[in-house]
Amino acid sequence: MSEAEVQEAETPATQTPATQTETAPAKGGVAGNVAARGVAARGVAARDRGFWGDLAAVANRSLRQLPRDMASIIPALFVPLFFYAVTIGALSGIADFSAIQIDYKAFQLPVAIITTVTGLSRAAALVTDIKDGYFDRLLLTPVNRVSLLLGLMVADFVVFIALCVPVVSLGLIVGVDFPTGPLGVLLFIFIGTLWGLMYTGFPYAIALRSGNPTAVNNSFLLFFPFVFLTTAWLPQENLSGWLSAIATWNPVTYMLEGMRSLFVDWDAVALGKGLAAILGVGVVAQIFAFMALRGRVRNP
Amino acid sequence: MSAIAAESLSRHFGELRAVDELSLEVAEGEIYGFLGPNGAGKTTAVKMLCTLLAPTSGRAMVAGFDVTKAPHEVRKRVGAALQSTALDEKMTGRELLRIQGRYYGLSSLEITKRIEELAPILEMDAIDRRVHTYSGGMKRRLDVAIALIHSPLVMFLDEPTTGLDPTSRATVWEEIRHLNQNMGVTIFLTTQYLEEADELAGRVAIFNAGNLVAEDTPEELKRKVGKDVIVVNLDCPADECFEGDADADSVLGGVRGVEHVEAKGSELVISSSQGAATISPVALALSAAGMPVVKVSLSTPTLDDVFFHHTGERIEEEYRRDAEEAEEGR
Repeated sequence: MSEAEVQEAETPATQTPATQTETAPAKGGVAGNVAARGVAARGVAARDRGFWGDLAAVANRSLRQLPRDMASIIPALFVPLFFYAVTIGALSGIADFSAIQIDYKAFQLPVAIITTVTGLSRAAALVTDIKDGYFDRLLLTPVNRVSLLLGLMVADFVVFIALCVPVVSLGLIVGVDFPTGPLGVLLFIFIGTLWGLMYTGFPYAIALRSGNPTAVNNSFLLFFPFVFLTTAWLPQENLSGWLSAIATWNPVTYMLEGMRSLFVDWDAVALGKGLAAILGVGVVAQIFAFMALRGRVRNP
Repeated sequence: MSAIAAESLSRHFGELRAVDELSLEVAEGEIYGFLGPNGAGKTTAVKMLCTLLAPTSGRAMVAGFDVTKAPHEVRKRVGAALQSTALDEKMTGRELLRIQGRYYGLSSLEITKRIEELAPILEMDAIDRRVHTYSGGMKRRLDVAIALIHSPLVMFLDEPTTGLDPTSRATVWEEIRHLNQNMGVTIFLTTQYLEEADELAGRVAIFNAGNLVAEDTPEELKRKVGKDVIVVNLDCPADECFEGDADADSVLGGVRGVEHVEAKGSELVISSSQGAATISPVALALSAAGMPVVKVSLSTPTLDDVFFHHTGERIEEEYRRDAEEAEEGR
């Protein structure tokens, strides 16, 4: 049967419609008629909002969820602050016999930022949506599919900013100096936030592929090699053997160096390498995430 | 014109043919019952029709658009309340309605208006409470209201009363009728409850193991599998009750609608194609003949008989087994 034939198929004689509003539609005009009837008879009809409108709608819900989900956010702030305080309190002496050129409190501040934002995302909420059927409800709407993921990342962005500010504030309180000024502080927070945002691709990919909360919770394991097989504790010069080799290839090393450069002076090369490393990891992570989204949307 | 038209629609999962060559048409404004046991493939069929699942083969038009070629247009015109209520329990009912309205591009004013229109479905006293405080029935009704926020032309209700208590079930039935009769929404209703299909649907499809095995009005489906039976209980053995030469055939044979009469002890068993219309004339004829009638009852074939006729299985037995298993599991 052709499309037109399907559209124009007659109502079987046995049907007993409660409100038969139209018969014998014009040839080839069924879709238009139905659409027009929807608006005219009901007064309200769904319409396209465009990409930004869809993104705003999805982000709106994610942002509304945040204050009701503080149990997953507050520990993400507490733990790095605690470790930062312990590290700078107990290990500051390392700076005296290592190649660290800056104050150890400053040296550790990017590590605190990274441990705050790495692996944190709305992926657990996404899994809940998948398991509860709410994600299917979203897929039933005409909302742009890309915005389903980007909307969550808008909430992540807000969370990362909100978490980076107190960490940096603690750094400033304990005496970390930014010779690059307020712009340097903003760039420092921006780099941390950008890293966190790019990295969300991994937990989102796992959430969308598995729909499994345990798998998402365990995704933080990826975080360890990324963050600790780097110059997190000592500069490259003081690392040796396999750790030095891994740190050389670990993109997070370059991000740390870029952030630390802001405690010295403007260094375009260090910042450029740091941003390139973030974007490199980000591209890979986000490709995973959006491929997983495509798989989930095509075959939920 | 058809609100839904499927032609040879199939969905396979590996070797499993969850839906196999499904063809059906649902008219605008109709309530179409899709009846089948658990695992029959009802939800898979619904998911294909509302664009959640791509068909393996075949095609379907919903609200005038092809579900695979123009899914975006279909989504703007359909609503669906799937088997489990899909609600964010940390939100309030009003928040969820407003958020859903935004997904469909409605303005704030339009959403407010729609919430007012949907008030009969919603429990307005609870609308500003978080959903986790709602009862199962309230959640189901909110779920339906959310699916209606954009005034869909076609509504898919996938087992809307499964797990509800009888009171909540009756309320949901009332709302389904309201949607159809007052809002003109075409309703595609999947159910495993025979009485639900019988009560609500203008036409019923019997769906089993991925195949549509029968489709008609509930009355016609039942009529096709057997006649109505009127049973008259007398105060004496039938062959002794009649006076003179009269017997059951002579008294009832001429009554319109009576097709066969059989006396069994103190019972008269009367077959008729129109049981409901025949029962009164039968009672009057017996009364005129001075028969001591104790009770007159009518039994008609049920949709379970229809299901058995077409599949060789009884859907009611399956419920009972499920219910017993659920009970044992507690």
